[in-house]
Amino acid sequence: MAEINKDLVKYIAVLARLEFDEEELDNFTEKFKRILDYVEQLKELNVDDVLPTYHININYNAMREDEVKESLEVSEVLKNAPDKKESFFRVPRVVE
Amino acid sequence: MDIKKLKLTEIKNLIEKREIKAEEVTEYYLKRAISLQEKTNAFITLNEENILEQAKNLDNLVEKGFKGKLTGVPIAIKDNICTKGIRTTCASKILSNFIPPYNATVIENLKNEGAIIFGKTNMDEFAMGSSNETSYFGPVKNPWDMERIPGGSSGGSAVAISAILAPASLGSDTGGSIRQPASLCGVVGMKPTYGRVSRYGLIAFGSSLDQIGPFARSIDDCALILEAISGYDPKDSTSIKIDTPEYLKNLNKDIKGLKIGVPKEYFIEGVEEDIVKSIEKSIEIYKKLGAEIQEISLPHTKYGIAVYYLIATAEASSNLARYDGVKYGVRAENVKDLKQMYIKTKKEGFGEEVKRRIMLGTFSLASGYYDAYYKKASKVRTLIKNDFMNAFEKVDVILCPTSPTTAFKIGEKSNDPIQMYLSDIFTINVNLAGIPAISVPCGFDKKGLPIGMQIIGNYFDEQKVLNTSFAYEDAVGGFKFSPYQED
Repeated sequence: MAEINKDLVKYIAVLARLEFDEEELDNFTEKFKRILDYVEQLKELNVDDVLPTYHININYNAMREDEVKESLEVSEVLKNAPDKKESFFRVPRVVE
Repeated sequence: MDIKKLKLTEIKNLIEKREIKAEEVTEYYLKRAISLQEKTNAFITLNEENILEQAKNLDNLVEKGFKGKLTGVPIAIKDNICTKGIRTTCASKILSNFIPPYNATVIENLKNEGAIIFGKTNMDEFAMGSSNETSYFGPVKNPWDMERIPGGSSGGSAVAISAILAPASLGSDTGGSIRQPASLCGVVGMKPTYGRVSRYGLIAFGSSLDQIGPFARSIDDCALILEAISGYDPKDSTSIKIDTPEYLKNLNKDIKGLKIGVPKEYFIEGVEEDIVKSIEKSIEIYKKLGAEIQEISLPHTKYGIAVYYLIATAEASSNLARYDGVKYGVRAENVKDLKQMYIKTKKEGFGEEVKRRIMLGTFSLASGYYDAYYKKASKVRTLIKNDFMNAFEKVDVILCPTSPTTAFKIGEKSNDPIQMYLSDIFTINVNLAGIPAISVPCGFDKKGLPIGMQIIGNYFDEQKVLNTSFAYEDAVGGFKFSPYQED
């Protein structure tokens, strides 16, 4: 299975939009390795013919009529925004 | 009148008979909660003004004849359940300024039944932890020994009961986060069947595992709260259309002929001796009450932790992607572009355990690793679920310890994730299967720390689980749920 080293941890961090200092990275790689060593025990089991369970009650689809219902006011929704302008969330410039 | 000694049903009846006011009850608990806050750190937010205003409004309604299941009862709420206008932090820096513009469905349900939404309780950050040490707002202390952890992640909600800071509380349980702290604090805590209680407004951790449930000092109190919060909710697509039984009215201590399964895999090395003894004692009590005890086998028990930490983290990594500093929460400052804003916001906003789980989950879902980790774990999840289904063909309920240890010392396991994860070995599989379970106080170890036993039921068999617990509670003459009970 996967070889855990600093490069892999850095790669996963990019995917997760996280960032670690060098020192954190060492500590993290070590603990990450221990956890993955532990989950290696699943290798003992042959589950080729077993169906996965992603959800407990998968046997129905929750459908509803497409009706217009009352929702929150824009001002309410924007109340928690770190930065906003008019009726928009504002973020740092994306396009130059 | 000694307010501290009143159970939920007693508080409600006295208020409805106008022998006591909701305001008096609420003031009493507020005073207690505030005076013990420094010692326990059980609350993150305790909005006195708002709480007293709710009580006054309720008293006015009672004057006009209002009656509910929980009239005037203050209920403390874990801080990952959204409360309109009241800060909801998930014990994280990243949400430390978040004020929800809406109520979770369980909050609406409680309010409709006349409950007072009391303070917001401390917890592990994003409910990730088994000791309440990962909270941005500091650890919670166990009232039975202030140097020890109360369990987690719903540590504050458990302490609210065992330090008598509120008559009842709500928590959430993804891998044991209600039952394990209930066990370590000597109180009652229940995780309902997945889909029984709406998750709308519960800040998501592991969406296929999370479920809200009550903490209480007795089984009838627990039954009543469960009744109040249960029910189908169109706002939660995983909530199930099934009637809510009258759990309190249907409580029945006659368990003659009830088949109780005891899984041999739950009495392994590493389980403290006093805990095993205590469970054995409970088994003897059940025998005397006329139950049939059977040894059963849940052969895939030991894989639960590995499966859980791949699945729950995968779901968490997806759920927590939303904390990017755009719509709510704390945004990192001095960033040069959008991408850096995302990264810095997460780097500064999340604590170590949360980052570790996001990383593990991202890994288990990543291209090239998905089949060997996430998918494999999901297949083993099927085997774990089937173990329970096979067992419930032979027995009505399953009895086992809730936790392999009693409360450990603050700091004892915080540097070893695997040791910490193993605290949940007996509770985690119940979430993977989605079935209901309760933790019931069943004695103390030599150090005087509480021990809990877990009673697990089949899908939607909450009543059977409650009745089994009720019979035990009656046989032992009630629980010692707090060191302050007789003060």
